Amino acid sequence: MRLRIPAIFALLAFLLSGCGYNTFQTGDEAIKSAWSEVLNQYQRRADLVPNLVGTVKGYASHEKDVLTQVTQARAQVGAIQATPELVNNPEAFAKFQQAQAGLSSALSRLLVVAENYPQLKADAAFRDLQAQLEGTENRITVARNRYIKAVEGYNVSVRTFPNNLTAMMFGYTVKPNFSVDNEKAISTAPKVDFSAAPQPPPATARPSPAAGSPAPSY
Amino acid sequence: MRLTLARLPAWLLSLWLLCGAGFAAADEPQAVARLVARVNDSTATLTAQQRGLLEAKLSAFEGEKGAQIAVLIVPTVKPETVEQYALRVVEATKLGRRGTDDGALLLVAKDDRKLRIEVGYGLEGALNDATAKRIISETIGPRFKQGDYYGGIDAGVDAMIKVIGGEPLPAPAVESLRARAAVDDNFETLLFVGFILVFVVGGVLRAIFGRVLAAGMVGTAAGFIASLLISSVLVAVLIGFAGFIASLFVGLFAGRAGSPTGAWSAGGSAGGYSGGGSSSGGFSGGDDSSGGFSGGGGDFGGGGASGDW
Repeated sequence: MRLRIPAIFALLAFLLSGCGYNTFQTGDEAIKSAWSEVLNQYQRRADLVPNLVGTVKGYASHEKDVLTQVTQARAQVGAIQATPELVNNPEAFAKFQQAQAGLSSALSRLLVVAENYPQLKADAAFRDLQAQLEGTENRITVARNRYIKAVEGYNVSVRTFPNNLTAMMFGYTVKPNFSVDNEKAISTAPKVDFSAAPQPPPATARPSPAAGSPAPSY
Repeated sequence: MRLTLARLPAWLLSLWLLCGAGFAAADEPQAVARLVARVNDSTATLTAQQRGLLEAKLSAFEGEKGAQIAVLIVPTVKPETVEQYALRVVEATKLGRRGTDDGALLLVAKDDRKLRIEVGYGLEGALNDATAKRIISETIGPRFKQGDYYGGIDAGVDAMIKVIGGEPLPAPAVESLRARAAVDDNFETLLFVGFILVFVVGGVLRAIFGRVLAAGMVGTAAGFIASLLISSVLVAVLIGFAGFIASLFVGLFAGRAGSPTGAWSAGGSAGGYSGGGSSSGGFSGGDDSSGGFSGGGGDFGGGGASGDW
């Protein structure tokens, strides 16, 4: 009888590990590291912006609108405290995503404008920056995909049968995942109208891929 | 009351086993074509001789520097983008050494007229995005435009080798030492776990279930854990059996703590043998270097550059 109590505790420990408690811990850490990588890459992009704006300004200083928009979007991104805890707060998460999407569209507009300046396009510094921006956008996409996979695995483990009881007991809930930023824009077919006189392309016409990053221009 | 309390552990155990069944195996997306050599060409763009020359160059570089570069020429990557395809290839092949992550892939999608240099984490400093882009647009692109595919790839590979050659990387021989250290590490873990199982968990189980059943459970657990740590099924079975025997003898020396009924002990010994056996299938080791070429376990994060011609 004396030994029964610790024995039951030992079995409870086995029980918990079988019912997903350890899975939650593993999944939680995986999400954290995936999320840190997402933040890391977004930070890398944000760090590129001042240089990019500076270079474009040298050749196209009168494109004030676009340059200001990029700078503002960059400032908004910087104003959000990007911490790993963001994943546990769906509201802050949505806000963060919105700010990053704003910077994405501002940057893609800047690159569209840059197409009109052959001298700017020939500038070695600008080309390097553009390559870095493209690479970083791709890294963001990869990091986001890996985050999405990590969250998917975790959420499945939280919601499937025996584990969901453990999750309820210890207060583990599903984590927010990335969604498509411009769902409406993607689901409506683009209108092509040849009858009107040719207009300058609207600045927002560049479709973003599902991940929400601007399409790299290659 | 006494009876129900005695049965409680058994109930809990069966519940745990039930929960264990909840570990449904999450299957992975289907893998893309694995790289079978350093130079892979499914479009017959390069002659056998050209392929051999490139292969020798890359192989020599790998032997000297440790970094792993591969070339892949495919007709098309559609419907994916060249970035997605390249990432899937390197994730499947894992170019570069584990921990150093010094792999790089030059992907040519011939009919799409798209190029990509995919760079592993460890080489992102030397072969950064801007450098990769320059190699594509200034070295490879112009030659491809003239239809000189071998010249473009050769010059591109040369440029990559030159850039990566300037990066301080660990010497090539380190890898085998590290692999051995990992095996030793696993073995140590196994010894430790076995000790805990036999003396601590085994002691507790013995108090509840009696000697033979407890020994059977310890044997099962030992076999299962061994199958996770060691890829050989036979070794796992042997370890499971050793755990069973060890636990049984410890129980003998510790004295009779319980008096198992006949049915219990029969179930126990069956458990001991099936423990090792049930671990068959599923757990195979990490490296299947059957051919001459395989990736070393390097990681990629989407670095590099793309271009066209």
